Amino acid sequence: MTSPDGVAIEVRSLWKIFGPRAERVLGGPDAELDPDELRAKTGCVAAVRDVSFTVRPGEVFVVMGLSGSGKSTLVRCLTRLVEPTAGEITISGEDVRAASPAQLRDLRRNRVSMVFQHFGLLPHRKVVDNVAYGLEVQGVPRRQRHERARAILSLVGLDGFAEARPDQLSGGMQQRVGLARALAADPEVLLFDEPFSALDPLIRRDMQAEVVRLHREVGKTMLFITHDLSEALKLGERIAIMRAGAIVQLGTPEELVGAPADDYVADFVRDVPRSEVLSLRWICRSPADDEHLDGPALPAGTIIRDAVPAVMESARPIRVVEGEELLGVVDRLDILTAMSGRAGTGS
Amino acid sequence: MTSQAPPAPPVQAIPPTAPRDAVRPPRWVVPAAGIVAVVAAYLAFRGTATLPHDDDAAPFRFVNDVRAWVDANRNQSPVFLFFVNYIRLFVGGLYDAFLLALQAPGWAGLIGIAAALGWLAGGWRIGLLSGLGFISFGVLGLWEASVATLALVLTAVLLSLVIGLPLGIWAGHSPRLRRLLAPVLDVMQIMPTFAYLAPMVLFFQIGPASGAVATLIYSVPPAIRIAALAMEQVSPTAVEASVSLGATRRQTLFKVELPMARATLGLAVNQTIMMALSMVVIAALIAAPGLGSDIIRGLTRANVGLMLPAGIAIVIMAIVLDRMTMSAAARPPYPVTGGKARIGPRLRWAVAAVLVAAGLALGRVLPAEFPEEWVLRFAAPVNEAVNWAKFSWYDVTDAIRNFITEVLLNPLQAVLTGAPWWLVTAVAVAVAWRTGGLRTAAVAAGCLLATALIGLWQHTMETLTTVLVAVVLTLLIGLLLGVAAARSPRFAAVQRPLLDAAQTMPAFVYLLPALALFGATRFTAIFASVIYAVPPVIRLVEDGIRNVSPAAVEAALSCGSTERQLLWKVRLPLARPAIRLAANQGIVMTLAMVVVGGLVGAGGLGYDVVSGFSQRTDFGMGFAAGVATVLLGILLDRITQGADRRPSPRTSDRTTTRKKRIA
Ligand SMILES: Nc1ncnc2c1ncn2[C@@H]1O[C@H](COP(=O)(O)OP(=O)(O)OP(=O)(O)O)[C@@H](O)[C@H]1O
Ligand SMILES: [Mg+2]
Repeated sequence: MTSPDGVAIEVRSLWKIFGPRAERVLGGPDAELDPDELRAKTGCVAAVRDVSFTVRPGEVFVVMGLSGSGKSTLVRCLTRLVEPTAGEITISGEDVRAASPAQLRDLRRNRVSMVFQHFGLLPHRKVVDNVAYGLEVQGVPRRQRHERARAILSLVGLDGFAEARPDQLSGGMQQRVGLARALAADPEVLLFDEPFSALDPLIRRDMQAEVVRLHREVGKTMLFITHDLSEALKLGERIAIMRAGAIVQLGTPEELVGAPADDYVADFVRDVPRSEVLSLRWICRSPADDEHLDGPALPAGTIIRDAVPAVMESARPIRVVEGEELLGVVDRLDILTAMSGRAGTGS
Repeated sequence: MTSQAPPAPPVQAIPPTAPRDAVRPPRWVVPAAGIVAVVAAYLAFRGTATLPHDDDAAPFRFVNDVRAWVDANRNQSPVFLFFVNYIRLFVGGLYDAFLLALQAPGWAGLIGIAAALGWLAGGWRIGLLSGLGFISFGVLGLWEASVATLALVLTAVLLSLVIGLPLGIWAGHSPRLRRLLAPVLDVMQIMPTFAYLAPMVLFFQIGPASGAVATLIYSVPPAIRIAALAMEQVSPTAVEASVSLGATRRQTLFKVELPMARATLGLAVNQTIMMALSMVVIAALIAAPGLGSDIIRGLTRANVGLMLPAGIAIVIMAIVLDRMTMSAAARPPYPVTGGKARIGPRLRWAVAAVLVAAGLALGRVLPAEFPEEWVLRFAAPVNEAVNWAKFSWYDVTDAIRNFITEVLLNPLQAVLTGAPWWLVTAVAVAVAWRTGGLRTAAVAAGCLLATALIGLWQHTMETLTTVLVAVVLTLLIGLLLGVAAARSPRFAAVQRPLLDAAQTMPAFVYLLPALALFGATRFTAIFASVIYAVPPVIRLVEDGIRNVSPAAVEAALSCGSTERQLLWKVRLPLARPAIRLAANQGIVMTLAMVVVGGLVGAGGLGYDVVSGFSQRTDFGMGFAAGVATVLLGILLDRITQGADRRPSPRTSDRTTTRKKRIA
């Protein structure tokens, strides 16, 4: 279900300031201070500062940033688990900040679900009752909600664990339960707050694959918080990088790696194997005068690594084309330089 | 942006299929069948196999014979000659020494010393509190009695600490000793105060020595418990570091563990003192000197004016000793660097010395006795006020009392005393089995059979009735206020200081307003035990609900729970261990108070105990009644604690271990 204008989540100039007299800080000149000065001067923490972005229906939108950069606060503001200080939030056409408590509950029950870093399971309930909790608070009769919960449990690969207690499951399984609970009400939007940080690397990879699969199968809009760059690159169609409450850059993985907006972002993406993210567009150069332009052509969007065989086979530079237009050429040396990770900041 | 129709609930799409768990009978079938069977049995056998009370039952006579034998052989039997009598002499001598030491500086001197100690412990505030507190003993006209009480408390506390702290520290290091002590301490802590008294009389006769020993026994468990806890809380890394540097066990104990456990050990001292204070009053029943005798006399004659000054004095003493020990324990043992400049040690001692000297000097000029003109006498106006209150609120108090008596007490008592003993036992065993398994069931059966055997079935059932009614009220009020406090920080902020104050007061103080309002009736004991037991229940419930994992609460909120759903589906279920603990505490405290209520017309076992001290022929019955209260305490405690160890979900024992580690 999409909003008529093709926007699932729209956030405009969102602020969240923790502390006494937050509104006053927002109105005054203090809002411009950097975090440490602000805290020293007013005792307030600006956890989210003037954040704006939109998420398209069906998109996986990733927010990343270091610890304390305000990611969790941002995602909690979306359903007002944390009350924003200022700004606009629209989720599939509905103005969240203007919603009454009943409308807000309706939003949380039916349209937006959340998966938490520490799972947030209810230890006194069986797995099936955890998954069915959202339906239970809506007043769905027991039989129906259990039916639904079992169906979802098998979707996330937990057949046969319905009667277990949460703490009899491993961390990865517990997070599957968290995922199932979020899916049970069939929401349009899923919010993930660092869902896999507490898991070990192997299980994390499984779970990421699970999310990719679910995204393919159920096609939800997802907003995914992480501080793990490789996770962001694996899942995100677009990534927003936050620092000290503000978004410093928003773009596709390629854009972030190819053209970091500042040193902070550059630092973030430094260890990314560029050849696996960047496409030829980022490394092609204008042909030198003496170069032959009769080598094979590859589209500009080809990932560098995928271009390796073609380049190795051809003695001539490869032509990088966008439709009919020639963007430039790459030769073996360019490819090797890019793969060794020492290329400049791109064109 | 256009608004949208709300999306259709997704669940409607699910095709109905056969329910999977239709085969098993619903969970309520077995209990319901049980209840029907019990009701049927009650109706069929009502009035048969009851065990009516007999003042002259064989067990009572046996105890009387034992006492006669002990009295006759007190100076012949070697056990007495070489052991018990020496303890009596030693404890009595210690008490006399303390009394002499407290009387020596004269009243003004003692006030000066108290103020100086307060100053050393916690600065001018505590010094002032302590000085004024001691002055008030004189103003209340109770100087001599207060000093006697203080001497008794100091005797008992000193002995408790000498025994309790080393034992506790040892137990903190030795899991085996801990396991050995745990059940003993458990039983000691659920024993109603009255139960200690009769054996004391048997061995140590009446007087200060047996009063001090009774108080000592009552106040030693917290000393042991908290000292052991203090040892367990010392960071294992610090101990390991000390050992790895080659320290001996002794060095590690004195240089690392004890200093690190200082604050908690201070709490042990504090708790021991508080326990001792509430016991010395009751020890007046066995002729222990001090404030207690006024209170006991006031209680038995329903004379509020007589006991109020003594009650106030004991509360003041409790507050002074509590604040003094707490702030002494909280003081960092080393000078704090940075921050506000503190008063140097030399100046501290100088001020203390000045205070003491001033007191002693004043003592020279002032009369040796606390001047009569300064004494405030208010027994008569208080009694008038009480009468006025009784008279003008009669309608309300009478209505409340009658309602509880007619609707709850009488029917329940009729059922419990009218049912055959085997039926009551069977029900108790079934409940115990359900909540705590086979062992608890065996304990329950044992307790009830023993009660029947010692000839106190009927009175136990009467006391049980009062306890049950009081517990229901306590839990109801405690849950309501606890939940309210957990939900509204403002309400909690108003309530907390009241709870703090309530928890420093010695138990029987609560009998005072109860007696003033309701006279000497069964309901008085209920009222007193409810106000006595409600504060800790509120606190445990509030903490339990507040400490529910915020992650679970947030997750439930994000699913769209209402506040009410959050409370019923998440907060209360997750706080269940805390609520069970609250119920257990509530029951144990209620029982203790209901038994003391025997003094003010609650009847039952408490009354038997009291009359055991006033009439020599009833000694056996009083002794047996003390035993019966212990049996009842064990029964109720096991049933409610057992509920905590129910084997089903793993969660519950995880939370309890976590709780223990934190505690
Ligand atoms: N309830 C609160 N009260 C006051 N300050 C808060 C509160 N919650 C968060 N903050 C502050 O807001 C800032 C952002 O916190 P937030 O939890 O959103 O960070 P995060 O990016 O999610 O970090 P992490 O990766 O560690 O989860 C931090 O400086 C934090 O101290
Ligand atoms: Mg976070």
